[in-house]
Amino acid sequence: MVNLRINNIDVSVEKNTTILEAAKKYNITIPTLCHYPDLHINSDCRICVVEIDGYYGLKTSCSTPVKEGMKIKTNSPKVLNARKTITELILANHDTDCPSCIRNMKCELQSLSRNLGIDTNRFENVLQRKEIDDNNPSLVRNPNRCIKCGRCVDVCKETQGMHVLDSMGRGHDMEITPAFGKYLNDEICTYCGQCANVCPVGAIIEKDNTDTVWEKLHDPNLFVMVQIAPAVRVSIGEEIGQQNGLIESGKLVSAMKHLGFNHVHDTLFTADLTIMEEGTELVNRITNGGVLPMLTSCCPGWINLAEQEYPEILPHISSCKSPQQMFGALAKSYYAEKEKLDPKDIYVVSVMPCTAKKYEASREELSVDGTNPEVDIVLTTRELAKMFRQMGIDFNQLDSVEFDNPFGITTGAAALFGATGGVMEAALRTVYEIVNEESLDDVDFHAVRGMQGIKEAEVVLGGQTVKVAVSHSLANARILVEQVVAGTSPYQFIEVMACPGGCIGGGGQPYGTTNEVRQQRIASIYEVDGKMVYRKSHDNPSIKALYKEYLTEPNSKKAHHLLHTHYNSRNS
Amino acid sequence: MIEYKELTKKFGKIDPLSINDYLQQDGYKMIRKAIKMGPKKILNEISLSRITGRGGAGFPVSIKMKSFANETGVKYIICNADEGEPGNFKDRYLMENDPHQIIEGMLISAFSTGASRGFIYIRSEYQNAINIMKHTIKEARKYLFLGENILKTSFSFDIEIRRGAGAYVCGEEFALIESIEGKPGRTRVKPPFPSQKGVFGLPTLINNVETFSNLPFIMRIGGREYNNIGSDFASGTKLISLSGNVKNKGLYEVSYGETIKDVIYILGGGIPNNRQIKMVQLGGACGVVIPQSLLDIQIDNERFHIFDSKIGAGALIVIDDRHDIFDIILRNMEFFEHESCGKCTPCREGHGQMVNLVKKFVNFQATKKDYLSLKSLANVIHETSLCGLGQTSPSSIISTMEFFPEDYEKRIEESVRRGQTNG
Amino acid sequence: MSLEKILSKYPQKKEYLIEILLDVDEDKKNHFISEEEVTTIAKHLKIKESHVCSVLSFYTLLSSRERGEYIIQVCKDVPCYLNDNFNVVETISKHLGIEMNDTTDDRMFSLEFTACIGCCENAPAMRINNEIFVSLTKDKVIKIIDSKKGGNS
Repeated sequence: MVNLRINNIDVSVEKNTTILEAAKKYNITIPTLCHYPDLHINSDCRICVVEIDGYYGLKTSCSTPVKEGMKIKTNSPKVLNARKTITELILANHDTDCPSCIRNMKCELQSLSRNLGIDTNRFENVLQRKEIDDNNPSLVRNPNRCIKCGRCVDVCKETQGMHVLDSMGRGHDMEITPAFGKYLNDEICTYCGQCANVCPVGAIIEKDNTDTVWEKLHDPNLFVMVQIAPAVRVSIGEEIGQQNGLIESGKLVSAMKHLGFNHVHDTLFTADLTIMEEGTELVNRITNGGVLPMLTSCCPGWINLAEQEYPEILPHISSCKSPQQMFGALAKSYYAEKEKLDPKDIYVVSVMPCTAKKYEASREELSVDGTNPEVDIVLTTRELAKMFRQMGIDFNQLDSVEFDNPFGITTGAAALFGATGGVMEAALRTVYEIVNEESLDDVDFHAVRGMQGIKEAEVVLGGQTVKVAVSHSLANARILVEQVVAGTSPYQFIEVMACPGGCIGGGGQPYGTTNEVRQQRIASIYEVDGKMVYRKSHDNPSIKALYKEYLTEPNSKKAHHLLHTHYNSRNS
Repeated sequence: MIEYKELTKKFGKIDPLSINDYLQQDGYKMIRKAIKMGPKKILNEISLSRITGRGGAGFPVSIKMKSFANETGVKYIICNADEGEPGNFKDRYLMENDPHQIIEGMLISAFSTGASRGFIYIRSEYQNAINIMKHTIKEARKYLFLGENILKTSFSFDIEIRRGAGAYVCGEEFALIESIEGKPGRTRVKPPFPSQKGVFGLPTLINNVETFSNLPFIMRIGGREYNNIGSDFASGTKLISLSGNVKNKGLYEVSYGETIKDVIYILGGGIPNNRQIKMVQLGGACGVVIPQSLLDIQIDNERFHIFDSKIGAGALIVIDDRHDIFDIILRNMEFFEHESCGKCTPCREGHGQMVNLVKKFVNFQATKKDYLSLKSLANVIHETSLCGLGQTSPSSIISTMEFFPEDYEKRIEESVRRGQTNG
Repeated sequence: MSLEKILSKYPQKKEYLIEILLDVDEDKKNHFISEEEVTTIAKHLKIKESHVCSVLSFYTLLSSRERGEYIIQVCKDVPCYLNDNFNVVETISKHLGIEMNDTTDDRMFSLEFTACIGCCENAPAMRINNEIFVSLTKDKVIKIIDSKKGGNS
């Protein structure tokens, strides 16, 4: 243990602890700006400086390890003045029209300024306005708000292995942009949105679609259906001021009805359907000598990466559409027919934890007839929370309301889709029972759970040992994909999710998605699963009915037409 | 004469392109001696010499070398020849006039610390020096001073030249390391230090050209003897790049005890056209600006009140009384605004704001408030910047505020007066 | 020298990026690195284009826009300033009819500032491509530029 003094408090911490961590342990708050738990310590912003007796200059607490006998002041006049000055410098090169920023009241720079007591700026505003990039369906980059903290570069380059963004130029002219200052849609960007999630200010944000949704909700000619992904209900609580992100789905349905949606559905239903289709596809591939390993297809960020960088991998990817798209396809076919509605009068909104889903919905091949998209518009978790705030919804006052039929019954297996390893676990629950014709004693596959970047497991299916793997984050995806491309992959089935932790860690999730928060959300996912009446997709009576009534059987011609797709190499 | 020529004594007497010339002047004898002595004894001599780094920061060389020697595995030695501090040209002279001396110094360092690979990082602006060093390495290889089994021992060491591409900040050790790795020259967080985790993540010893050039000299006369040269605060000799408004501009080698005044008046021959000295900037653009009244101080590494090191890399820029402090400060700040890497906030955002504020003084538009803002900003940049660039860049502002307070006062008064007449 | 030839000079490792870029810039008549070249270099070194661009835009000797055949770089730091009694920049600017950071219409000359080039003992100084010129006077500057106009590099 190392003993030191911080602000006249005796502190004793493990060796190699930073001053910032030591202070936190003793409830001493040192403000930070560029610091983000799971990313590298870059020590760029210099906000967290402290004064150490006998040290020359001020030292950043995020990067300085404790030493025996250190005497540290975190709030001396010198320190406070330095923090203030640095913050003024940032504000002097920033678009400070805060009320017209999506991050207003949710901005780390704004909170910092307030906490430091900044009420005037001694420095002249020197911002040179640059073009805003909103040329893609998912993300908006506003360089006028960028404070060059480097978080987005770090997450894009290291966590995701994409390296779309980097620091260009130097000194005062340094900017964070793609190569040659291009637009994101000119680049190999997967729209995973991790950059937007870690951005402390409003420099990278999702493309806001709330205005369009309000308009459609008030269009009397439209029947507006909404679907909610499993990862949304375990995190949206964070946005409405709850300690835990989990919201009882009944209250969520009720709140959605208040917003004016005609029907509120659960994407869990089409997640169950995905398991039926994808599970059947896997069994077929294994028994008929199809292309293996098979890789999952529900994650649009991953599909973007595959199409852009790994054309060789495309035959390995399951032809199943994602649950989001399956829902849209059924809404505008099965449901339209059932309710005698013209598909053109149905407007499908999805609420997703994901920014890449916005791009997915806009794909031409994912439309009913080439013009009518299966999913009309996608909102992120954050946008939904914004609509709740706009409407002034008080969750304490809400009753519980059931999801609408005919897609009302869902399973715990489907809920797992929100967490890394979830699609794999749900698939194994079904494939195991169908192939082995015996029921599982324990439905939990612990080997594929947890935050480890790449997980693997073995299952015996029809006397044959099948090796499976799960990866989350695109940097980890690359490792497994490159094995497949090189022909050295030992697996038959691989789940790939673009975001760390899976969808619960998606780019459209509430800000402050750290690994700690991810774990909390994952725990909520398993809580939801555990409480469900049905735990396996093939047990879902609504799914059985759908096949009986409409699709006949998994991978049938009709199912293929509605629920499967193809991929195109976009590798130039 | 007050010159003390050791590192520069072969200048002009040998053909820098001829290894034979160097050998005839006892060249490469010190690496032979070092190999006979063994690493421990060499490090002890260096320790006794009390030599400090000649690149500007003045850190004790032996501390760095000992901690580096304790590291295991593949280790690198880097010679920092990215001389870019305005007013300095000593490293260029060392490379262009006695290149083998540098190689020999690197060899002694490598042998005593167990390093096997080396880089010399030279700015591309020094094309002539690059050509000479490339030729020198080739010749040293041919004569088996570089490569496998040097002098038929188990010691192997080789050197590669890497070019800078126009970035002053790459003189900073981690920025330089990043540049060698093919990246923009932006420094890294310390710790870990280069001696623990440097280029390609491996232990790296990085020293200035002049520091390496001193090692054969220390080997020759021994650490104790070396320590007898110089002042109480610094041992050995120092190369001084003398420039500005002085008659005999040029490179001089003196022992650390000499005074700035003697260098300017005895070696430099004083100020042309019978003018007076207004100020002298020590070390380069990042250095302290002192008035005539302080010229009696010695050239050494003693700390100067709040300033890191007095003489830095050894530039003396003499400025006569035709110039005012604000013109000089403005040029310095514009230089740093242009050379900041952009990584840390105070340096990236602060230099532009300092330029704006100094311009107000230059243009007679300054107020007391501007003075206070400038003072506060200069101190914050100095105290909070991530690397040496921002930590030292405000020196000319902080020192002129201390040594030339009346210049600021008068300028503010004059600004008010002119403002009233104009307004 | 073709880009392929430059690439083959160095081991296929990303640490040689700056060396490669310097060679390409030096080799090209108009001293710049094109988008296509960035793509080729990135592929060759197995790095992202954004990495190449971050390096290209960081170092002042490199450029992504076409420059003159001769890049005149004038030192603007204090030691040169103190000894510049005729204004080097203005002399060149007037003689060639271009402003700072401009290129002449015939793409012969670009005028740039440079950080100190370590010739303070013979200030003022300037650099044209890889050649250094010191102890400048007004006549000397004009003569040097005119000699380049003659086409002998």
